[in-house]
Amino acid sequence: MSDPAATAAADLRGEARALGLTDSEYDLICDKLGRTPNGLELAVFSLMWSEHCAYKHSKRLLGRLPTEGPHLLMGPGENAGAVDVGDGLAIAFKVESHNHPSAVEPFQGAATGVGGIMRDIFAVGARPIAVLDSLRFGELDSARSRYLLDGAVAGIGHYGNSIGVPTVGGEVYFEGPYEQNCLVNAMCLGIAPKERLIRSAAAGLGNHLVLMGARTGRDGIGGASVLASAELGDDDADKRPTVQIGDPFEEKKVMEACLELLDRELLASLQDLGAAGLSSSSSEMASKGEVGLDIDVSKVPLREEDMEPFEIMVSESQERMLAVVEPEQLAAVEKVCERWEVRCTVIGEVTDTRRMRIFDGDEQVGDMPVEALVDDCPLYDLEPEEPAEQIYPAPKRTLDELIATTGDDRASAADDPAAILLALLASSNLASRRPLFEQYDALVQSRTVRRPEAADAAVLQLVHDTGGSTAIAISIDGNGRRVACDPYWGTVEAVLECASNLACVGAEPLGLTNCLNFGNPEKPHVAWQLSRSVEGMADALNQLGVPVVGGNVSLYNQSGDGPIYPTPVVGMVGSIPDAKRTAGIGFAEEGHVVAMCGTPQPSLAGSELAKLRGEPLPTSLAPVDIAAVKRAQDAVRDAVRAGDLASAHDMAEGGVLVAIAESCLAGGIGATLDFFGGDDATYAELEPYLFGEAVGGFIVSGPRDAIDRLAERVPTDVFGSVGGDRLELPVGDRRLSVSLDELRMAHSALAGAFS
Amino acid sequence: MKFGVVRFPGSCDEVDAVLACEQQGEAEILWHGDRDLKGADVVVVPGGFSYGDYLRVGAIAQFSPVMDAVAEFARAGGPVLGICNGFQVLCEAGLLPGALLPNVELRFVCRQVDVEVANADTPFTRQCAEGDVLSIPVKHTTGRYYAPETTLAEIEERGQVVLRYAEDYNPNGSANGIAGVCNAERNVMGLMPHPEHAVDPLTGSADGACLFASLAAHAAEPAAA
Repeated sequence: MSDPAATAAADLRGEARALGLTDSEYDLICDKLGRTPNGLELAVFSLMWSEHCAYKHSKRLLGRLPTEGPHLLMGPGENAGAVDVGDGLAIAFKVESHNHPSAVEPFQGAATGVGGIMRDIFAVGARPIAVLDSLRFGELDSARSRYLLDGAVAGIGHYGNSIGVPTVGGEVYFEGPYEQNCLVNAMCLGIAPKERLIRSAAAGLGNHLVLMGARTGRDGIGGASVLASAELGDDDADKRPTVQIGDPFEEKKVMEACLELLDRELLASLQDLGAAGLSSSSSEMASKGEVGLDIDVSKVPLREEDMEPFEIMVSESQERMLAVVEPEQLAAVEKVCERWEVRCTVIGEVTDTRRMRIFDGDEQVGDMPVEALVDDCPLYDLEPEEPAEQIYPAPKRTLDELIATTGDDRASAADDPAAILLALLASSNLASRRPLFEQYDALVQSRTVRRPEAADAAVLQLVHDTGGSTAIAISIDGNGRRVACDPYWGTVEAVLECASNLACVGAEPLGLTNCLNFGNPEKPHVAWQLSRSVEGMADALNQLGVPVVGGNVSLYNQSGDGPIYPTPVVGMVGSIPDAKRTAGIGFAEEGHVVAMCGTPQPSLAGSELAKLRGEPLPTSLAPVDIAAVKRAQDAVRDAVRAGDLASAHDMAEGGVLVAIAESCLAGGIGATLDFFGGDDATYAELEPYLFGEAVGGFIVSGPRDAIDRLAERVPTDVFGSVGGDRLELPVGDRRLSVSLDELRMAHSALAGAFS
Repeated sequence: MKFGVVRFPGSCDEVDAVLACEQQGEAEILWHGDRDLKGADVVVVPGGFSYGDYLRVGAIAQFSPVMDAVAEFARAGGPVLGICNGFQVLCEAGLLPGALLPNVELRFVCRQVDVEVANADTPFTRQCAEGDVLSIPVKHTTGRYYAPETTLAEIEERGQVVLRYAEDYNPNGSANGIAGVCNAERNVMGLMPHPEHAVDPLTGSADGACLFASLAAHAAEPAAA
């Protein structure tokens, strides 16, 4: 047995820099080891101390987020967080980014993003029951954006559809600053009996460390450090080998095997292999269990011959899981794996050394203290500085073009509300997402009560799990342009909108997962965006009483053109007592009244219409009365749960008229409104009310007495009735009147991007 | 009566199929590595990706032990229903005429469609009436039904077309709008739409339940078919 100290090069400072470590970090590693690291050790440290694994620029900030709540079962730090949904069941969920891999190779990048987040879910013992995604691309008139969109959507579908987990919701926005650096965030939910949730801490001296699933290849080497923790540049084609290739069939078998092993209580702990592969999964298990691990890389089944020990330790080959198994259970574990045709190999054992010792057969090739790898990475304070002016360029004006394609004789009418309504509905951020979500299986597993576009949140019934009537709702939200206008209030809006979406289907939020997609945190203006955004998220969550259960930070999302819009994406899970009482967004019945519940303060600043007009982004958004929004959410939720409302839809991008048009389209029925009737105001004066944006407004419909009951609790304006096949309303001295067919035609504009 | 639902390692909709079958009778999973059909009166080959389907869809599944037993069961007159991937597998196994090709638009499509019952005189549709329109979802990439013209003419003439997409609902470019076909003996049927996803109004539609009900009725009283 040789001594790694002897194989350590005199000094690997140059290599350390190339792997993304600073000189002082390198010195600290030497200090922790009491010597210089060898090549393998340096490779492992560079990954474990990367932003992606160590959160070194964000950890201190994230401490501000609330992480406790009455329904919380498992908080941040585990593979996924979990909440209690009653009947003895837990829902585990998490959102994670796969941005840079998707920017380099969209199909595999997005596919493996879905695969990775699913492994996080079944690693805690939960069966994945739903996927949602949050996507950002450059403007649709760019060929690169259409290529990335097409590839990412196909990749998400390929993985989720093939593995039998429904994709039930999501969102996508198109904005210039994502042109080079697209965002692909995937969220997964799983279900498990509460007592079956499993943590990843390794335990039990002498227990086997068992690697399950795919063989290890050279794919994805350095993904976490090279791709995820540095800015994208011009030579990204070179980085293609760092993108992993997904095999959903393998994952399906691994998932079924793991769930069966957990059902039969054959595993002591379980962890997925994600970023930084074996290095990160094993050292995190050792750290949590306060033990050491001996790993023999010569036992790891390989996809190609002659892989170096360091390559085996850092490979990000997909569809692999690491388990700790008591020796007496090993035969039973092997039998289950054999039945599912899943490879399972003992590659090491649990020790009391608190060190990660790596062997290649008889030769020891690495020896690192677990604590140094996992806990000793230096944390950095951000140095935030508010920029003197808006750092993002004004978007390109596209309104006239959109009016020309959607209108007929209205081409010159840039102040005609009907023409503007149709242009908004046809704009890339508001047009129907049907051509995208039709590529996803939304139905498998027989839980989907509300499909995409039918309601503001996806609704999954749990009758086959509990025998009872309960359901859960899920929504994922985030509007980067609003956050670019105002990181604090933009993030507050994202959290509130997510909770509003849940309220519209009668759900009460139980927990939130977040993915913070930002640029380079070492740049003061990005540090400022990140700090203000986290403050906004913390304040909104504290007032709503919703904890963060876990999440992901994705930094360095920028290219030569500058940073992306700061994009905190939030996903919330809520509970519904009766799956039969959830509202959709569609108007339902002739004669129902239409009303606005809540007191939103709409403004055109930072709105979709302002974008279409090419207006510069403002540097602030109007403050929001969070308590008032919460009161409106509570009232709408209760009304939906009581079965009072025929429809409920939160007013969001595009403003109140767009929301009403969406309710008309979803219900296939028109509406006549009178809320600006008899007014002698000019169109310019009315425009902020028609197309301005704000959180906290709900378009509801139902019988008159039901709406009256709602009005007793919170301000509710009745302003029209459901019926006919047109959307009609007076606007000052004019009359807006568009047919359902015109609305539908405009709203289906995205189909062109897929033809 | 008892349904047997095949499970390949890459099956996705087998649990949904079991739930749909259990509305009408008993249901049990049949493991792909076993030849034992566990005394099932009806076999359902469900949707999914059997063995990954990285090769031509369904091409490997026909060689599995369970499919050996299913083919034998079918040749003896036992009713076999193949849904989506199951349809593809039954075509590959030569138990049904024709083949499934990639959709005209070359993309996965998940959509609620209307299908018309073209033949109600089969074990699969005896509780429907000819011309009934059923709202059932499709979800597939490889669902375009194809058969050579002579075969098409033959199956049309013999009443082997059991389900047809209603006008404007053909999601994949299937020949003659064919959504489901049976063999000449009418005891093996395959369809691309997913009736097991249409057995509960809360999740969209209950129109698919009539297929499972028909099979249960057939198992109870074959002669009436």
